[in-house]
Amino acid sequence: MTETPPMKISLGPVVYYWQREMLLDFYEQMIRLPVDVIYLGETVCSKRRALRTADWIGLARHLAVNGKQIVLSTLTLIEAESEISTLTRLCNNGELLVEANDMAAVQLLAEKHLPFVVGPAINIYNAHALRYLHERGMTRWVAPLELSGEILGNILRQAAELGFADKIEVEIFSFGRMPLAHSARCFTARAHNLPKDDCGFVCVNYPDGLPMHTQEGQRFLTLNGIQTQSGDVLNLLSVWRDMQALGVKIMRISPQSRHMREIVQGFHASLHGEAVSDLESFLDGAACNGYWYGEAGMVHVPAAHTPA
Amino acid sequence: MELVAPAGNLPSLKAAADNGADAVYIGLRNETNARHFPGLNFTEENIGKAVYYAHVAGTRVFLALNTYAQPQSLIRWQRAVDIAADAGLDALIIADIGVMEYAAQRHPHLAMHLSVQASATNWRALSFYQREFGIRRAVLPRVLSLVQVKQLVEKAPVDLEVFGFGSLCIMAEGRCHLSSYATGKSPNLYGACSPADAVRWQQKDDGLESRLNDVLIDRFQAGENAGYPTICKGRFRVGNTVYNALEEPASLNTLDLLPELARAGIKAIKLEGRQRSPAYVAQITHVWRSAIDELQKSAAGFKVRSEWMAALDALSEGARTTLGAYHRPWQ
Repeated sequence: MTETPPMKISLGPVVYYWQREMLLDFYEQMIRLPVDVIYLGETVCSKRRALRTADWIGLARHLAVNGKQIVLSTLTLIEAESEISTLTRLCNNGELLVEANDMAAVQLLAEKHLPFVVGPAINIYNAHALRYLHERGMTRWVAPLELSGEILGNILRQAAELGFADKIEVEIFSFGRMPLAHSARCFTARAHNLPKDDCGFVCVNYPDGLPMHTQEGQRFLTLNGIQTQSGDVLNLLSVWRDMQALGVKIMRISPQSRHMREIVQGFHASLHGEAVSDLESFLDGAACNGYWYGEAGMVHVPAAHTPA
Repeated sequence: MELVAPAGNLPSLKAAADNGADAVYIGLRNETNARHFPGLNFTEENIGKAVYYAHVAGTRVFLALNTYAQPQSLIRWQRAVDIAADAGLDALIIADIGVMEYAAQRHPHLAMHLSVQASATNWRALSFYQREFGIRRAVLPRVLSLVQVKQLVEKAPVDLEVFGFGSLCIMAEGRCHLSSYATGKSPNLYGACSPADAVRWQQKDDGLESRLNDVLIDRFQAGENAGYPTICKGRFRVGNTVYNALEEPASLNTLDLLPELARAGIKAIKLEGRQRSPAYVAQITHVWRSAIDELQKSAAGFKVRSEWMAALDALSEGARTTLGAYHRPWQ
């Protein structure tokens, strides 16, 4: 019997507005780390211009020569015609795999008979829906954030019954602040009393988002432009064995501005069976993992077993 | 332009039909719809009576199947599709691709509308559902501006329905996990946002506190209008300021935009509120029926009457209304 190969590590798209130099430095550092897949692109706000569409595609080609799989991620909330144009350019890039974060991207990619990744903002909660998208080109599925390990297991068992479970890769958003909602309104601009049309790109001042506390001081949510994120930081490293047993192939780390080297190395060591810490000192806030256990997402369930 | 009214039970359905709704939308008494509240909705037994009453009154009936099915319970969504077909409902309002596939295969003649919970905000996404499942209409999320709505009508491959009045989601519907982050129960999977069993009210020295699974959502002083603790309507601290960091508690009211929406080619106006009383349904349906009738009589002479606005304001959250995203400065 062959041993299951270690799960891969992916780096999700940078969801914050980082300056151009910061982004380029970040990716120069990342290509030297043991991540297998890198998702690139602006997924939150089409007004952000640190890198333009052509720059993203150029950066992707540059990074792809280093043995990493590079995937172009697309905008999550698509409203304007200009956003459809950008999306079309990304889907027509000619070589790189694309992550669809809206059904508009699914439609474009399926129409062109291109393979694609379905991102976590697309609602798939059963294997019938999953099969439907697989038959239209989906080769990898990043599950919705609020899915528990139990429901995920049920979906993958159902996928096996329907005979296609081994034809798709399953990826789980496993580390970082969770994108919980998207709106037409920009909450960072609102916090600065600025209209969205004249936002002055204030979100560039918050490389890990703008904290939002309750009136009694609980760090509850994080404002990131039109995106609302969790206040706490998801960390599912301690359950990697459970994930692997379910058939998950890739664990996704969502970038934060600091400690990414330590976090990636910690994940890599764990997934290769080496002893590591729980990464606690590298989290940009308190840890949470409730969704995985079928609880409220903000809950932190202590690990039943310490990571090997 | 068609008026689509909410009905959480038979008395509300009658109120909507009697006050001139062109269609009502209803749900079954389980998690297959996004108003999965105790005591609300229809059973397999009384759905026939509801359809009969509505059809005699000339009102069509849509079934909201606007939550997402999980493997272990998918059968309930499939059963709901069959119930709707058997009971002679006029359309299904669906969000889940797996459920759409089932409905398209089993009941190809039953009209399908794309639920707002499917979160389609552009013509490309609408094209997907139209080509794959033949949807005839889509309900638009409440995140688009009026300009965007107008542009969308021109390119959309299906009829469009927009929200006219009621509670306002400021997040793209169907893609908001705020409720499950705090409570474990989400609109997508459980059919409720900020569920009542997680709500706690407490009078403290510094005010009346509203909590959701222990998270402090807001604190009200005497004389303030204490709204339901929906996360996006709470007051939080960002920097040193405590304010409605996401949105003020106000209801959507687009009565002022009715002529523009009609001119743009919007085919239906939807009123929110299956969880509200029959009296509420009767009042909002009456006001909107009057407005649409007047508009259809004379588009040029149409004016929003002050008594309509007064009636709607009185029924609104925090007694306030907003144009929401339709109004550009909101964004």
